[in-house]
Amino acid sequence: MSVHTRTVAELSAGLAGGEYSSRELTESCLQHLRQPAADLNAIITVTADQALAAADAADRRRAAGDAGPLTGVPLVHKDIFCTRGVRTSCGSRMLDNFISPYDAHVVEQMAAAGMVCVGKSNMDEFAMGSSNETSFYGPVKNPWDTAAVPGGSSGGSAAAVAGRLVPAATGTDTGGSIRQPAALCGITGLKPTYGRVSRYGMIAFASSLDQAGPMARTAEDCALLLEAMAGFDPRDSTCVDREVPRYSEELAGDLSGVTIGLPKEYFGEGLDPEVGAAIDAAIEEYRKLGASFRDISLANTHLAVPAYYVIAPAECSSNLSRFDGVRFGHRCESPRDLEDLYKRSRGEGFGDEVQRRIMVGTYALSAGYYDAYYLKAQQVRRLIRDDFLQAFAEVDLILGPTSPTAAFDIGERKDDPVSMYLSDIYTIAVNLAGLPGISLPAGFVGRRPVGLQLIGNYFEEGRLLQAAHAYQQVTDWHRRSPEGDN
Amino acid sequence: MSLKESDVQQIAHLARLAVDQDRLPEHARNLSAILDFVEAMSAVDTAAVEPLAHPLEMSQRLRPDQVSEEDQRELFQSIAPAVEEGLYLVPRVIE
Repeated sequence: MSVHTRTVAELSAGLAGGEYSSRELTESCLQHLRQPAADLNAIITVTADQALAAADAADRRRAAGDAGPLTGVPLVHKDIFCTRGVRTSCGSRMLDNFISPYDAHVVEQMAAAGMVCVGKSNMDEFAMGSSNETSFYGPVKNPWDTAAVPGGSSGGSAAAVAGRLVPAATGTDTGGSIRQPAALCGITGLKPTYGRVSRYGMIAFASSLDQAGPMARTAEDCALLLEAMAGFDPRDSTCVDREVPRYSEELAGDLSGVTIGLPKEYFGEGLDPEVGAAIDAAIEEYRKLGASFRDISLANTHLAVPAYYVIAPAECSSNLSRFDGVRFGHRCESPRDLEDLYKRSRGEGFGDEVQRRIMVGTYALSAGYYDAYYLKAQQVRRLIRDDFLQAFAEVDLILGPTSPTAAFDIGERKDDPVSMYLSDIYTIAVNLAGLPGISLPAGFVGRRPVGLQLIGNYFEEGRLLQAAHAYQQVTDWHRRSPEGDN
Repeated sequence: MSLKESDVQQIAHLARLAVDQDRLPEHARNLSAILDFVEAMSAVDTAAVEPLAHPLEMSQRLRPDQVSEEDQRELFQSIAPAVEEGLYLVPRVIE
């Protein structure tokens, strides 16, 4: 049974039509994960026993006439989401021994929809990275070209979906961590509006930026997944109490009357010309679909990465103070005293990039520097947000590249943090503003995929998914696979 | 902004991170490069701009002051590095 090339929607139809049971589908998926060709290092933990139990439960639910569209479909959760009774490492030595005592809200939601979690995906340590090279468990390979990075931080999720190991994955996006790996791996990934999905049980990196979202092959699949993921949860004080639209039922429709803004700052210096050419071709497709275009300016774009690298480290230095070797996680051997316990547990438990960001954040928040760094960055954050508000007064959507280049080589940017940070230059401002954004496949540079980004106004995930779906009805980039078209 | 090795040591202390002495120059170089990079913000005048702490400018939601969590001490302590009689153990603080 070759089901691993099918999308979530196709598998849903197959399950509903009795073509296979969730048990059969899950067994096939688990078997596929063990094949040598699947050795992308995309999955850190395989949860075979729990998966088969969940598959049986899904089959019983279907027999009882209680199945939803996702019931019985496999997925992997990024290892940042707490999963009860299963190691939740966050890609870090610090949590290598951490068996979560509870489930994240996203994990509960997907389980309630009947989805079958087959494992936990690799990621940059504590979601800090754009290449999946900062993981304690080693880098993930890009299935299109194993010399290339998959992007990050949700690199394992992106590679698992692109490599056809699973039809769907969860991800989180603090500065581009869903969209950039989706782009570099040639899949579709949606970062919802800040507050749309609960952050409960999602290990915190930068709390005013973190947001969970779906990663799959198509916009249609992302719509189905977001419907299950989103929703109010009182346990996250920033989760928004607002009805979740039926995204999957609102995908149809043409784009006539839709105005799309092209920010000149997203097409300037630093953009690889071949990526630019792929985006230009996508613009032509959208024109044929009836959309009209307008040139716009997001004038403070160049300040987004600098503001982010104050705000995100500041929040991370505060959030990661809980990892102290006392209640859970890594503890050093034979501490001399309490300070030695803290310092060595943290020094041994955290990798280089995490330590770097904790130190930047600690410095930015320390006495005498707060105004110059943190306050300044929050002021710049408002300027960036206001640029978007102004743009959305004139246009319905904003379009541009997701990342300035296709996937780079493993090791290429590892020793130069600032050049790594610039990989997120088109995605970071969206997090600072709290807006939704989606990346979808739009071509290739050689063998390596190119991602197209669409940005929407607050809570306009439906419009984003509709525009992405329309494009996927007239193009086949999302059907290309590293093993051939499907 | 150029950080000295002694600055890195002080920051690492504040962050409670044990840092290898022989890696101080590398940390000083990397942290300085990041701080130079974020310096770009100082080119804009933000004197009249209100800081934005939350993208949707929401205020904190409050909940009724009621017990909402059950006691799960045993479960939580089952993953702790060192516990005894329901207490978390750390090196002696008071002699």
